[in-house]
Order: sequence, then C-alpha cells, then structure tokens
Amino acid sequence: MHTPLLQMTGITKRFPGVKALSNVDFRLFPGEVHALMGENGAGKSTLIKVLTGVYSIDEGTVRIDDRTVTIAGPLEAQKAGISTVYQEVNLCPNLTVAENVFIGREPRRFGRIQWKKMNEDAKQLLKERLNLSIDVTLPLHAYSVAIQQLIAIARALSISAKVLILDEPTSSLDQNEVQQLFGIMRKLKSDGLAILFVTHFLDQVYEMSDRITVLRNGELEGEYMAAELPRIELVLKMIGKDLKLLEELPKLSEEAGEAAGTMMINASALGRKGAIKPFDLEIRKGEVVGLAGLLGSGRTEIARLLFGVDRPDEGKLLVADSGSTVKSPRNAIDLGIAFCSENRKTEGIIDDLTVRENIILALQATKGWSRPLSRKKQDEIAEQYIKMLNINPPNPEHLIKNLSGGNQQKVLLARWLLTEPDLLILDEPTRGIDIGAKAEIQKLVLSLAKQGMSVLFISSEMEEVIRVSDRVAVLRDRMKVKELSSSEINQKEIMQAMAGG
Amino acid sequence: MLNRKYIPILVTFGLLAAMFAAGSFRYTGFFSAQVLYNLLIDNSFLIITAVGMTFVIISGGIDLSVGSVIALTTMLCASLVEQQGWSPAVVIPMVLILGSLFGTLMGAIIHYFKIQPFIVTLAGMFLARGVCYIISINTITVTNGFFTKVAQTKVILPGGNISINVIIALALVLAAIFLAHYTRFGRNVYAIGGSEQSALLMGLPVARTKILVYAFSGFCSALAGVVFTFYMLSGYGLHAMGLELDTIAAVVIGGTLLTGGVGYIAGTFIGVLIQGVIQTIISFEGTLSSWWTKIVIGLLLFVFILFQRLLSERRITLKT
Repeated sequence: MHTPLLQMTGITKRFPGVKALSNVDFRLFPGEVHALMGENGAGKSTLIKVLTGVYSIDEGTVRIDDRTVTIAGPLEAQKAGISTVYQEVNLCPNLTVAENVFIGREPRRFGRIQWKKMNEDAKQLLKERLNLSIDVTLPLHAYSVAIQQLIAIARALSISAKVLILDEPTSSLDQNEVQQLFGIMRKLKSDGLAILFVTHFLDQVYEMSDRITVLRNGELEGEYMAAELPRIELVLKMIGKDLKLLEELPKLSEEAGEAAGTMMINASALGRKGAIKPFDLEIRKGEVVGLAGLLGSGRTEIARLLFGVDRPDEGKLLVADSGSTVKSPRNAIDLGIAFCSENRKTEGIIDDLTVRENIILALQATKGWSRPLSRKKQDEIAEQYIKMLNINPPNPEHLIKNLSGGNQQKVLLARWLLTEPDLLILDEPTRGIDIGAKAEIQKLVLSLAKQGMSVLFISSEMEEVIRVSDRVAVLRDRMKVKELSSSEINQKEIMQAMAGG
Repeated sequence: MLNRKYIPILVTFGLLAAMFAAGSFRYTGFFSAQVLYNLLIDNSFLIITAVGMTFVIISGGIDLSVGSVIALTTMLCASLVEQQGWSPAVVIPMVLILGSLFGTLMGAIIHYFKIQPFIVTLAGMFLARGVCYIISINTITVTNGFFTKVAQTKVILPGGNISINVIIALALVLAAIFLAHYTRFGRNVYAIGGSEQSALLMGLPVARTKILVYAFSGFCSALAGVVFTFYMLSGYGLHAMGLELDTIAAVVIGGTLLTGGVGYIAGTFIGVLIQGVIQTIISFEGTLSSWWTKIVIGLLLFVFILFQRLLSERRITLKT
C-alpha cells in the first residue's frame, strides 16, 4: 500500500519557447484516487499526455512497479498498464459495444473472430466490474455519453490496466450519471487500481479523491492528502496566493450608488443542462459586473447564454428596453449586446485582414453587406478608434496578425464598441497581454461604464475583477454561489466563495 | 434497434425484388432463371471491382483507379499472351500481383503523406490508363487456347447456365464477407471508417490496415481485369471506361455510407444486380436508348443518398 505503483521524477517538457513542465514529481498509489489540480497553463494536460505517450519526455524518469519504463506512444502506455479515458470518448461509434471493448484483441479460432464468445465476455466484463447490464451487440452510438464512457473504462480494464486516467470524465454527465461513475470508481479503487482523476469540479475532487497534487505554471506546487487540505487552501495554492497576503486592493471604480441605473438585462433562474445551473443575474445600466471563479466554473457558459450562442433549457432572460429575450447572437447584436470572446485567436480576429477591416467587421455585418461603408467612412472610424484606444502601431492598414496580443485585443474591443452596445461582455479580455495594456483596458472599461454602458467582466485574475467591478458574482462548479455588492468586495470573501464549504 | 443497421440493405433488396417482379410482369420471357444468370454473367467484373471498392469506402476512402487498372490488366494479359507468347499460368498471377502492388503504392502515399485518396487515386487512374496506350493504341484480340476455353465454358445449372467468371465473382463475394466480418483486418477497416483518431488511440494498426485496403482494391481490380479479358477476349485501352463511377454507384446503392464505417458486401452485391436489372429492363423494352440506364441510376443514387442522410440524421437525434 505504501509503495507507489507509478512514480514520475523530475519530469521536464519543453515546447518551442515554453517550458510546459519543469522538474515535476508525481506518484500514484494502488487503491487510491489521486486528483490532479491546476489552473489554465499549469501543465495538467501536458503531464497526462507525457504519461500516455502522446508527448515524449525531455528529462526525468517514469517508474512503474519499480521498473523504469519509456513510453513512446499510446500503445506502449497501454502495454505498461496505463489506460486513459478522455472526456471525448475515443471509441468507434459504428461498432458494437462488445467490439469496442475487444477490438484489436478479439477472441479468435484459426483467424476467425468468435463473435459469440466476444459478446459473452464483454457482457460478463461489464456486469462484473462495472455493474452494467446492457445489450453489447448494439452499436456504441445507441448509448448515452455516460454509458460510452463506462464502456471506455471497460476497455481499459480488459487490457489489464493498473493505472486508469480519467480526464474530465464528468463534464458532460448529469448528476445521476456522475454518481454512477463515482460508484464504479470506488469499486475499482477497492480492486486496487490507481486512478488519476482530473476535473474542474471542486466538490467532486473532495468527494472522490484521497490525494491531491497541485501544479502551477508547469511546476509542482505540492502533494497533499485530501482530508488534510482545506478547500480554501487548495484554491489558494492553485492560483498561487497566500491568505495572509491578501489585502485590500485600491479600487478604481467609484463608489457608485446601489441602484445607479435602470435594469439593462435580467436573467432569472436561467440555466442550461451540463453547462450552468439556474442562476439569477441582473445588470444595470452603467454598471460593471464581474464574474469570478476558477477555470471551468461556468464563467464562459454564462456569457454564451447571455449572448444567445447557447440556448437555455430553463429560466428567463429579459433585455430591458425591448422587453424581449435573446434568441441568437445576431439577435443579441440587434438588442445592443456585444461579446468579446475568450479565444481571441480562433473566435475573434481574422489574421489576414488589416486593422481597419477587423474594426469595421461587426458594424458592417449589422448593416448588411448590401450597404457597404464607404472607404472614407472606414478610414475615419479606424483613425478614431486607433487614437481612442491607443492602438500601436497606429496604422489602419497593418495586418492584424502582426500586432501584439494587447493591441489585437484593443482592435477587437474597437470592433464591438463601434456597434455602440448597451451591454459589453468581455471574456478574459486581458489574458496573455502585458501589464501596461491590461491597465489601459481596465481603465477603458471604467470610462465606458461611466458613459452609461453596462459591462460583464470575466477574468481569472481576481485583482482585476475586484478593481473594475461594481458588483461581483462568484461561480463554483457550474453554479452561481454568491453575489457581492461593492462594499463587500474583497479577495477573502471571493476566495471563500470560490472554494466553497 | 438491432434491425436499424440492416434497414438500408433490406430496402436495397426490396428494390431489387420489386424491379425484377415488375420486369417479369411486363415482359414475357423476363421471369426465367437464365435472365438472372445473365445478370451475373454480364456483371461479374463489376461485382469483383465493387467488392474491393466497398472495403475502401468503408475505411473512409475512395478508389478512382479501378476502371483504369482493369483496362491495363486486359492490355497486359492480351499483349503478353498474344504478342510475347507468355503462358497464362505466369501472366495471370503476375497481373494480380501488379494490381495489388499498384494499390499498395497508392495506399502508402495516401497514408504517409496524408493526401486525399480522391487525388491520389485520380492520379493512379490517369497513370494506368495512359500506360495502356504505351502498350498499344489498338485492340489486341485474345485467341489463346486457355482464355477462349475459359470464356466458352458453361456451367450447367437448373434452368440455364453460368460462366466461370460468375463462379470467381461469387467465390470472391463469399471470401469478402468472411474477411469483413470474421477477421481482425475487416473489423479494423470498420473501426478506421468509424473514427480513425479513435482507432489510433485504441492501438489498432491503422497504417497497415489502410494500405492493405487499397492493396486489396488493386487486387480486386486486377482480378476484374482478368475476368473482363475472359468476357471480352480482348485487351483495349478504352475498356471499362468510367467503370469506377458505376462501381461507386453500386456500392452506395448497396447501402454503404460514403462517410465510412457502415456497409455490407452483400449490399454491394445487390447494388450491382440492381444496375444489371435496370439494363435488362431497358433492353427488353427495346425502344429505349441505353442511356436510360444512366438516367435511372442517377435518380436512384439521389434517392439513396437522401435516404442515407435521413437515416444518419435520425441516428444523431437519437444520440442526443
């Protein structure tokens, strides 16, 4: 029990220009569930990919059962007894359940596959190890994602796995399915399997895991017994703060009176299954509302609901002036909502267009392509916003891909400001840009609010949220857990709410 | 649920039966064993080609070179046997190996260089067709004793007779059904067609399987070429012009999804027979031009592709 089954020491992995992992130690004990925690870019997925042979290791050793092993690919990992079940089920939907469990290792006699034996074996395996009685001769796509995941686990078990990696297995499951999976995890744990469990849900971490390893910025923060690590400590370690050092930050936003403006948008009991539990949120005119929460806590999901990208399953969303709801992103733009998405590169800027073209894109789209903006008008607009947002280099004909991240972000902002929105949703507007540009964007947000624009500000940097927001809504595990008005906003409160009880 | 996956094939079979019944009611002399046998005799090379194509399409690819490979095989057989005086015992195994190697080469290019199968096999199609004309621009008639003997041999069955070609084609169909459903190779082909990424992560030999699929298609085309030589008793660069498209049509009408992962050899067999029945009906009608075959097949293809789309869409809604 006290010798680790898997021991990784001094693991280092470099990518061009980045050190994704540096000198990380990690171990797994048989009969334990071990949670791997960390925020964006902490190196969680790199560590898993190293362990499953998707990436090679630059430095360090991996020992399984006291033998040093080299894992050169997914097949070698399987042979070494390491199996992974991903969030996206990696099975073949067109094959039967039994085939998906046994393909590549089908029972044969004289080269002929024995279907009968294979079906019986699969049935037995699912029943004995996973308490699952289903028709194994149906194609995989006949079953729900939850069952498909269990079948993926069955496949891993049939290859006599010693280490089972579950990478975000619960993100697309509902409550009952999660409990079913947990039941099976407990059973496998008692069978002596070492389980590596990756999830964003803090509740699930504490429900299931015995041991927790925290990574931060590609380095090992520490390994802890789950029972001895209070939630708030875990969150602090993940984001790299010390509770004692959390002090009052100077607030940029003025003490706006409580009911400063009239209601701009109002969500009541709005929710979407698998994305965010029903929440209430009201944003008033001229108010900046911040969303705080860990990665995967449901921040972007809220933004997507408000902008009409995803459809809610329940609840009501009302836009004040029109009294109507948001049906689609197009409709949202018409109602005066703008959404600056988190993925600047993939959902925002268009690389090969100039700064000017990127700026006028949304305005042109709302006008319709049959009424093009004149070139003179375009130049004027570009000029004006480049000046206003201090975009550098101040040349509207520059290709946007050659700009720095911060300036690209400003161009995106300009694009949405140009549509003169009443509500601006900013999802991680300052990620990956330098401090100076950050401060400028924060200042801009405040001045926009002063002119009467409502802003929903999403960021994983708590200081930033605190600095700009009049009100902060805190999210945890896809649920809105707390709302703090301006006088109550401080890091400790937020942190406590983020970590939960 | 279980019957669902057989729906396309059942529909195809129903269609064949309905067409045959319609022909039998309308034309005297249509309803006879020999008409059925003739369907097989006249389409045996198409059955053989379509079997290879079915594997390719199930794996998620396409092979446009089949018609040209048939032409090249007839050309090689005719010129080596007639002009060079080689023995058929050497020539036939040789062309089969050459066909397989040609397929292997295309498969390797497709896999290792990650090039669209469409483009690679299109190049193969031009290449093989072009090589025919290096050998000769004229028809080479085959008078060799072995070839003429095989061509003329009739196997007597109740109510009529069939040719050796039919026996070869039927044997291949049975072997292919076994290959598709009872061997690891066959199941790997289905897995790759379902999701190549998953197949790779499940540790299946993706590279080997993909290349073998094209090798098998090359082999089938070469075999079809040999059968075609028996059937036509000549080698000619314009033989089997556009046959790749008839083949793909037969496979799709037989219920194989062009997106890969789903399909049956038996369906393909029926798909070929449907094309044959249409041709037979049109020749019985007498006044219609043979282009009506194309028109009907075109319409059928539309209907089948739409039908498949509806089926697969219902499957997606079921899933969510």
